[in-house]
Amino acid sequence: MAATTARKAHRRRSPLLTALTAAMLVYSLVPLLWLVVNATKTQASLFDSFGLWFSGDFSLGANIADTLTYDDGVFVRWLRNTLLYVLLGAGGATVLATLGGYALAKFDFPGRRGVFAVVIGAVAVPGTALAVPTFLMFAKLGLTDTPWAVIIPSLVSPFGLYLMWTFAAQAVPGELMEAARVDGAGELRTFLRICVPLLAPGIVTVALFTMVATWNNYFLPLIMLKDPDWYPLTLGLNAWNDQAATAGGQPVFHLVITGSLLTILPLLAAFLLLQRYWQSGLAAGGVKD
Amino acid sequence: MFANRRALLRTAALATAVATAAALAACGTDDNDGATTPVTADQVQSALEAGGSITVWAWEPTLKQVVTSFQAKYPKVKVNLVNAGTGNDQYTALQNAIAAGSGVPDVAQIEYYALPQFALGKSLTDLSSLGAGALDGTFTPGPWSSVKVAGGTFGLPMDSGPMALFYNKEVFDKHQLAVPTTWEEYVAAARKLHAADPKAYITNDTGDAGFTTSLIWQAGGKPFSVDGTKVKLDLADQGSTTFAGTWQQLISDKLVAPVGSWSDGWYKGLGDGTIATLVIGAWMPANLESGVPAGKGKWRVAPMPQWTAGGTAAAENGGSSLAIPKAGAHNALAYGFLKYATAGDGVKIRIDNGAFPATNAELKSEAFLNKEFPYFGGQKANEVFAQSAADVVKGWSYLPFQVYANSVFNDTVGKAYVSGTSLADGLKAWQEAAAKYGKDQGFTVD
Repeated sequence: MAATTARKAHRRRSPLLTALTAAMLVYSLVPLLWLVVNATKTQASLFDSFGLWFSGDFSLGANIADTLTYDDGVFVRWLRNTLLYVLLGAGGATVLATLGGYALAKFDFPGRRGVFAVVIGAVAVPGTALAVPTFLMFAKLGLTDTPWAVIIPSLVSPFGLYLMWTFAAQAVPGELMEAARVDGAGELRTFLRICVPLLAPGIVTVALFTMVATWNNYFLPLIMLKDPDWYPLTLGLNAWNDQAATAGGQPVFHLVITGSLLTILPLLAAFLLLQRYWQSGLAAGGVKD
Repeated sequence: MFANRRALLRTAALATAVATAAALAACGTDDNDGATTPVTADQVQSALEAGGSITVWAWEPTLKQVVTSFQAKYPKVKVNLVNAGTGNDQYTALQNAIAAGSGVPDVAQIEYYALPQFALGKSLTDLSSLGAGALDGTFTPGPWSSVKVAGGTFGLPMDSGPMALFYNKEVFDKHQLAVPTTWEEYVAAARKLHAADPKAYITNDTGDAGFTTSLIWQAGGKPFSVDGTKVKLDLADQGSTTFAGTWQQLISDKLVAPVGSWSDGWYKGLGDGTIATLVIGAWMPANLESGVPAGKGKWRVAPMPQWTAGGTAAAENGGSSLAIPKAGAHNALAYGFLKYATAGDGVKIRIDNGAFPATNAELKSEAFLNKEFPYFGGQKANEVFAQSAADVVKGWSYLPFQVYANSVFNDTVGKAYVSGTSLADGLKAWQEAAAKYGKDQGFTVD
C-alpha cells in the first residue's frame, strides 16, 4: 500500500514544475541571503565587496549592538511600538474577525446577505486608498500622531472576517452546537468551549495574516505618525535610510541592513512555529465536503 | 536636491495623498490671510522668558544641539524636535496636517525650492509681521532672496549651498587631468578620464531636478518667473539651452556614471575614485566626512566650472529655511526659536557640526575662512565656498509648485538619461507637465 502511494507520487513528478518551483525558491531566497550576508559587513566593506558573499571582518555582532544602541537605542523603542501595534491591532482584529465570522456563519438573522456584500466589497478596497480619508477623520478626532491612529484602523480586517466566516461554516457542525445547547450550555459557553477549539486553525491563520499586515504596515503609520517616538520599525528604518540623503546626514546603511534583518526575524519565527496550523487552516477554508 | 531618490520613487504612492489634501485645502480653509497682528522684538523676548512649548519639524541633524542649547538659555521653553520625514515626505505630512487643520507644527524646515509653494498656498506666516525686516543684511543675498516670496518674508535661511567643484585629486593626478575652469574643459576632462579608465566617470547623474535647475541658474537662465498668480515657464531660454547643449554631450557619450545621488553606489563611487568630481552645494563636506571616509585627503575643492571663460558665475544648490506655518499657535515663541537657530547663537553650533552658514558675519569671519579641512588635505575650502556665495547669479526664482514639478522630473527629463530622448525635449516635456499642473491649481501659466 505504502509502496503504491510512493510510486504514484513518483510518477507524478513534473520536471517543468520542479524547475519553476526551484526558480521561485531562488527568487524568494536570494534577497534573504543578501540580507544575511550583508548584515555581517561593516559600512566600508559593504561598498567594496561582492554583495552575495561574505567579506572583510565578520561584524554581525557589532552591527547588532550598534543597531540596538544607535541614537539612544531608538531601534528598541521602534520594536516595542511595532509589538504594541501587532499585539493590540492584529490581536484585536483576530478576535473581532473570529466573533464576527462565527456569528455570520452560524446564526441566521435579517441583513446577513447585506453584511456579506459589504464585507466582500471591503475586501476589494485596498487599505492604501482609505488611508487619506482615514487620516482626515482621525485628525478631526484629534487622534493623529498617537498610537491609536495606527491601532484602531488595524482592528478591522474584512479579509480576516471573510476567512473566519467560511472557515466557521465548515469547521463547526451545527449538530455539535445543537448538542451543547441541549445539554444546557449558554451561547457564550458553547462558543468558548466547543467552537473556539474547532476554530483554532482558522484563528491562527487570521492571526498570521493580520500580524504580517500590521508588522509590515508602512503607509498608514507614515501619514498618521510624525513623532519618531511612536514609529514602528518600518518607518524607523526608512528614516535611518534617509539620513544618507540629506546635507550633514550620516549614512548608516549597515545599520539599515542589520535592522531589516532583525525586523523580519520575529515574522520568520512566527511562520515557522505556526506553520502546521496555518497550512491546515488554509486547506480547510478551500475544501467543501 | 536633498530630496532623495527613494522619496522620488515613493512620490507615485504619495501623490494621491498630496492631491487629495491639496484639493481639500483649496475648498476647506476659510481664507484668514488678513494681516497677522504685528509682534515686537520685546514681545518675542518676553514670550521666550515666559516659556511654553513648541513643536519643530525638521530633519536637519545639527538642530538637535541647537535645541539643547536653546533650552538651556531659555529654561522655560520646551522644544519638541520631530523628524517628520526628509524633504518630500515631510512636505506631504505638512500638507496633510494643514488640510486637516490639526497637528500642524509651530516651526517647519522647508527647502528653498519648496518655500514658494507653501508661501503662495497661504500656509505660512509672513515673518515681516514678526520683525524679520530687522534682519536685512544678516543673510547672504542668495538665501535671503529665496525666502522672500511675493513681497513677504516666509522663512529665515538656515543654511545655504553655494556650489563648488569637488574633485578627487588622486584620480586627477593619476590621469594628468587639469582642474577644469570651464564646462567645455569639464567635458574634455570627462572624455579623457573615461578613455583612460573605462570604470571611471567624471561625475554621476541619472537626472536630478535640483542639480539641473542649479546649473541653468548658473548659466543665467530664468526659466521660472512668478507674478502673483501669473507664472511664466521657459525651459528653452538662453541659460537652459546652454546647459542642455553641454550636458547632452556627457549623456550621449555615456560620460556620466549611471548612479543615483545619495545611493549606496554613490557613496561607494565617491570613495573608490570611479566618481571623480561633484558639482554640488557647500554643505557637502560634512557628508563626505561621514559618508566617504575612504576619500579623506584625496578630495579638493575648486570654483565651479564656468559657461564663459574667465567668468565667476555661481549658483545655489539646496539649502533650507525655517518657517512658521500659519496654523501654529505660538508665533512669538516660534520666531524666537527661528532667530536663535538662524541668526543667533545657533549659527555657530550648526557650523561647528558641519553645516554651511547663510549669514554674512560667519561667511566673512577670519576663523571661518581660515579653517583648514583635513579631509581636503588641509585646504581652506571655505574660501572657495564664500567666494561662490558672493558670486551667485541674481534674479532666480522657483515655481510656486516646484515640489510637484520636481517630483515629475524623472518621468520627463529623466528619459534623456535612459532613452533616445534629447535633454532639450526632456526639458520641454517637463515644462508641459509642470504647466498643466499649474493650470489645474488655478495659476495663469504661459
